[in-house]
Amino acid sequence: MKSHVFRPIVVVIIAFVLLVVARQLMVPKDFGVHGESFTFGYHRLSNIDEWKNYKTKYRGKEYCRECHEEKVEENLASPHNVLECENCHGPAVDHPEDPETLPIETSRLLCQRCHAFLPYPQSNRALMPAIEPESHNPGMNCVECHNPHHPNLEDM
Amino acid sequence: MSCSRRDLLKNTLKGAAVASLPLSALKVLSPAEVKATIGDSDTRWVFLVDIQKCVGCGFCVKACKIENDVPYDVGVTRTWVERYVVTKDGNTNIDTPLGGRDGYNSDMIHGEHIDPDTITKAFFVPKLCNHCKKPACVQVCPVGATYQTKEGCVLVDRKWCIGCGYCIMACPFGARFFHPTLKVAEKCTFCYHRISKGLKTACVQACPFGARQIGNLKDEKDPVSQTIMTKRVGILKDEYGTQPQVYYIGLDERVR
Ligand code: HEC
Ligand code: HEC
Ligand code: HEC
Ligand code: HEC
Repeated sequence: MKSHVFRPIVVVIIAFVLLVVARQLMVPKDFGVHGESFTFGYHRLSNIDEWKNYKTKYRGKEYCRECHEEKVEENLASPHNVLECENCHGPAVDHPEDPETLPIETSRLLCQRCHAFLPYPQSNRALMPAIEPESHNPGMNCVECHNPHHPNLEDM
Repeated sequence: MSCSRRDLLKNTLKGAAVASLPLSALKVLSPAEVKATIGDSDTRWVFLVDIQKCVGCGFCVKACKIENDVPYDVGVTRTWVERYVVTKDGNTNIDTPLGGRDGYNSDMIHGEHIDPDTITKAFFVPKLCNHCKKPACVQVCPVGATYQTKEGCVLVDRKWCIGCGYCIMACPFGARFFHPTLKVAEKCTFCYHRISKGLKTACVQACPFGARQIGNLKDEKDPVSQTIMTKRVGILKDEYGTQPQVYYIGLDERVR
């Protein structure tokens, strides 16, 4: 065979071998079809465990009970019993180790998320006890008058 | 030693049969193990949203962003809450400031005040990835970085994603976005790390009114799957054929 035919063939063969070797080295062993079909299940299997091991941050009210039992009991006996503590205080993560304490937000905006009046009688927003933020004691924090854990108008 | 041709063939066949019998074939598999090996699963995560119950407090968006380390002050979210205000002239005013992260505490929409007397209906619609049965976003991925788990969750492999953005364009619901710091495609995982430990998703736990629920469609006793099977529920953008698995109670035709 003439070399002008032979040489390109060698180049192509070497390129092919290199490609196969590189693919072998770079594609993880657990890459393949791990689900219903190639279309939807072609992936790296160990990624599932990577997602499962993602850090959980929100712990829930029952966790707070271990140490703040009084607060939780107070809260459960109030109209605010549907609220998660962490909605207002941020995620516990590894509290009380890390962070040692949780933030306390006293802004009016926190309460206005639910209590600012909106003229939407067709949605359940209308069922919320509502105030007009501009006229309901403006300039003062809500928690100066209302107990955020146990709001009770009768006690006021 | 004598060995007829017949014996040789017989023994070869026997030997081959024994050799090809893997040890595992002698083990008795439990039904769960069989299911696992053929790719079947006794779980299919689905989501149920009750539009009527949502008051637009936005705690779900806040919790989702923090739980999943989505940059808090950037306008991208895995889940968001839209406000719809329909007026008598037939207009639909829709907004979702910062995805509803800080809740809705004013009736201003896009800087405009809407006269309450002209409102015919107004409501809040929580949205998130639909974890479709036939996810268009997964089909278009050129590198196998996004996939559907056996429980039906659509996940992104962050190590494998090249950030090309095809999936973001392919999603009919706009549920995917580009992660501003990790530079990969980002989406709701149904809090895969939480539900696989038996916890609720961060948004479901944060919702004080039960407007959001997660359940297992393959468990007939699950209250969520019972609602989906026996009550009137709707899905978004049926016409795209992706078979979304987020069901809505009280859906309006104006919700897109
Ligand atoms: C293992 C015990 C423990 C658990 C569980 C726990 N805390 Fe705490 N918490 C502490 C300790 C200790 C402090 C710091 C002492 C203090 O300031 O009272 C603290 C402080 C706080 C503070 C600040 C109090 C202040 O006066 O500044 C808040 C708010 C708080 N915790 C909320 C929560 C919430 C919400 C949960 C549930 C998600 C929770 N904690 C779970 C032990 C706990
Ligand atoms: C509606 C929002 C909200 C919710 C829900 C809430 N808190 Fe608070 N919490 C506050 C605010 C605001 C303060 C500050 C009160 C003040 O300054 O008078 C506070 C203060 C605290 C403090 C420290 C100060 C004190 O009064 O001793 C603790 C501890 C605490 N909360 C725990 C909890 C726990 C536990 C829960 C869940 C049962 C919870 N909180 C739920 C808003 C909330
Ligand atoms: C997630 C929504 C939400 C947030 C945020 C919220 N509340 Fe409430 N609040 C409620 C609900 C629900 C009720 C009970 C309504 C009912 O009884 O039908 C309520 C009731 C009240 C009441 C009336 C209590 C009564 O006796 O009828 C007051 C006052 C109140 N909240 C104050 C506050 C204050 C102050 C804050 C901020 C620290 C706050 N709320 C934050 C949901 C919320
Ligand atoms: C100066 C004290 C004070 C401050 C500050 C204050 N309130 Fe009130 N609030 C009251 C009193 C007193 C009532 C009961 C009488 C009334 O309806 O005005 C009340 C009533 C309410 C009610 C019940 C309304 C109804 O008709 O059911 C809600 C909800 C409420 N407040 C939320 C808030 C929120 C949210 C804030 C902060 C943005 C706030 N309050 C700040 C004193 C206060």
